[in-house]
Amino acid sequence: MATSENNYNKRVLIVGAGIAGMQAALDIANSGYQVVLVDRLPSVGGHMHQLGETFPTLDCAQCIMTPRTVDVGRHEKIKLHVYSEIEEITGDMGDFRVRIRRKPAYVNWDLCTACGACSEKCPQSIPVAFDRYLEMPKVLASGKVRHEGTGKAIYTLSPQAVPKKPVIDVEYCTWFQKGKCRLCEKVCPVGAIDYEQQPAWFEERVGAVILATGYELYPLQKLGEYGGGEVPDVIDALAMERLLGASGPTAGVVRRPSDGKEPMEVVWIQCAGSRDPELAMPYCSKICCMYSAKQAMLYKHKVHDGQAYVFYIDIRSAGKRYEEFIQRAMEEDRVLFVRGKVSKVFREGEKVIVWGVDTLTGLPVEIAADLAVISPAMIPSEGTRELARMLGVESDEFGWWTEAESNLAPLETSRPGVFLAGAGTGPKDIPEAVSQGSGAAGKVLSLFGRWGASADQGTEPAE
Amino acid sequence: MQVSYFPGCTLNTTGKGFDRAVRASAAAVGLELVELPEWNCCGATYPLIIDNMLELAAPAHVLVSARDQGSMVTTACTTCYNVLKRTNGFIREHPEERERINAFIEAEYSGEVEVKDILHLLRDDVGFEAIQGKVQKPLQGLQVAAYYGCMVLRPPAEVAYDDPDHPESLDKLMAALGATPADFPHKNECCGAYLAVAAPEVTQEMVHTILQSAQTAGAEAVVTNCPLCQFNLDKQQAEMRRSHAGYVPIPVFYFSQLMGLALGLDIESYGWERHYVDARPLLGKHGWWNGRTDGH
Repeated sequence: MATSENNYNKRVLIVGAGIAGMQAALDIANSGYQVVLVDRLPSVGGHMHQLGETFPTLDCAQCIMTPRTVDVGRHEKIKLHVYSEIEEITGDMGDFRVRIRRKPAYVNWDLCTACGACSEKCPQSIPVAFDRYLEMPKVLASGKVRHEGTGKAIYTLSPQAVPKKPVIDVEYCTWFQKGKCRLCEKVCPVGAIDYEQQPAWFEERVGAVILATGYELYPLQKLGEYGGGEVPDVIDALAMERLLGASGPTAGVVRRPSDGKEPMEVVWIQCAGSRDPELAMPYCSKICCMYSAKQAMLYKHKVHDGQAYVFYIDIRSAGKRYEEFIQRAMEEDRVLFVRGKVSKVFREGEKVIVWGVDTLTGLPVEIAADLAVISPAMIPSEGTRELARMLGVESDEFGWWTEAESNLAPLETSRPGVFLAGAGTGPKDIPEAVSQGSGAAGKVLSLFGRWGASADQGTEPAE
Repeated sequence: MQVSYFPGCTLNTTGKGFDRAVRASAAAVGLELVELPEWNCCGATYPLIIDNMLELAAPAHVLVSARDQGSMVTTACTTCYNVLKRTNGFIREHPEERERINAFIEAEYSGEVEVKDILHLLRDDVGFEAIQGKVQKPLQGLQVAAYYGCMVLRPPAEVAYDDPDHPESLDKLMAALGATPADFPHKNECCGAYLAVAAPEVTQEMVHTILQSAQTAGAEAVVTNCPLCQFNLDKQQAEMRRSHAGYVPIPVFYFSQLMGLALGLDIESYGWERHYVDARPLLGKHGWWNGRTDGH
């Protein structure tokens, strides 16, 4: 146990390698301190990795973040624990002990050269979580749009994955399910496949923690009025990002899941589970107005004679150049914004029927659409509550992290040495998540500076 | 199993056929319905203003007589179910108002009776599998769309025993009887309810949407567990051929009619002559009706 600040450990644990966690990691690592960065997925990047383009600049998300993921992947001060979960954290500020469980990838990553032969030859295609389980018709799922390394029982998240090392999904792997195949083992030129691989545990000692655990979307299954996830052409906004993104299952060509046709009428539905205190979440999810305008705009750029509708309660575009972006969607791209809620979405023949109201005219509206895109409420990512219990850090009734003080200490928790960044405290867009990542890094660096003031420990921590 | 039974006004008057079917088919599956010795109007609508205790007096009085006879009361009228169930919940949760209601009806009641819709009872206490075992005449080949309306679904927290967006108990009962349920998206849509009086043209449009959708889904008949829905869905079709060119009417059954039929009971007295769209030709087509079909 550390007895004085002089002995405090100047390493930091960052939980979550999304854009906020990566920003914090790079800021701290670039100052010369060591970072332990943990993520449960096989590679870093979080949700931003799934996005097509970003508002309000329409930058390609993967293009602007790839330099970050690459830096994170090869920074000598960043120790990556991907495909891993935090199992236990004990101790206090200056001396936290962290137990990390690494899930078996069934691939020896030290040997793997990321040649991709295993995924290429793997006979088993799988529903892809990273693509929001969009099941595109066979004609589209052919090799033409399958991106290297993805969509098989041995896979990487994307061709740009960092680290670019595959994992086996035992739920679908023919060897694990039926006891035959072992094709990946045969084609691997370096003998990296290891069907016997076990979980591994690591102990890390750190002086501070940043929680950058991020968000999920409220499941469509809980939105019965919008089809409860049963209608194939009713998808959530992250799935739409995959349909619009060049790295998605259709290579950026807009196709609808049921039959692969180009949708000519697309309806975006705002506040699905947000601002709904009676049935779901009372809060505003903050980013949906902007990304829906963006998606509608991108859709119009790809399908020129298509019609885009956005149903909204009111447009929340508070942010630099955000309102102008909305205006551009309306005026230049002719996206039709309808002020009102949608009451029901159902399938009729090949169409997705949307029943709503236009509260400006007071009339009911019915649209026979080809595709409906739902903006579900943002909710804390799975496991946030367990982590909160483990750490003794407070979270609110929805599971979001509770800030020490929402006005003046938004990056601190009630526990010394534990900081917050990104959407784990509530809905945030990319610039805000990045700012918080840097902010939390600043908080940690200021602590480390103070700990070093009385006696120079150098910047190399005691392992 | 013995359960107190509250018929309500509809099943005691225009819906007498449904009532006979309910009692007979319940008995056939081992459910003995014991009519409350003394009962009054259920109140007909749950009050829309929260401080009008007087409107709760009638349903509270029904609940008291139910309490005096047993621990559970059931009804086959969804409106009665809705009012009784919500009143019961209100009395349970509001001690202060409970006292005022009790003072007015001169009783001591705190919501101890369990109010259960008959479909709920058939599903959970009798069991659809047990019912399936008693089927004499499976409704083989009958494509039927199950329609629930709103009374057993909304407000969900107070009355629903099924998924309010995708209810399935009636579909499952129909499957147990051997019929083929046709899934359609409007099974929980509003039937127009009392707008049938004030604005029949609005009700007609709503009913048309529902029935058209049921037919698109392949249904040759609709079945419902709500007497008011049955009335609207059935009666509006009389005019519909005039307002919607090419519309083909389909019969609307009350669930107990089909249940009695499948259980091999004598169905002649089940109120067929009161249907606006005669259901007997369809029954005849399937070989389930040999009697006269001109009883209008």
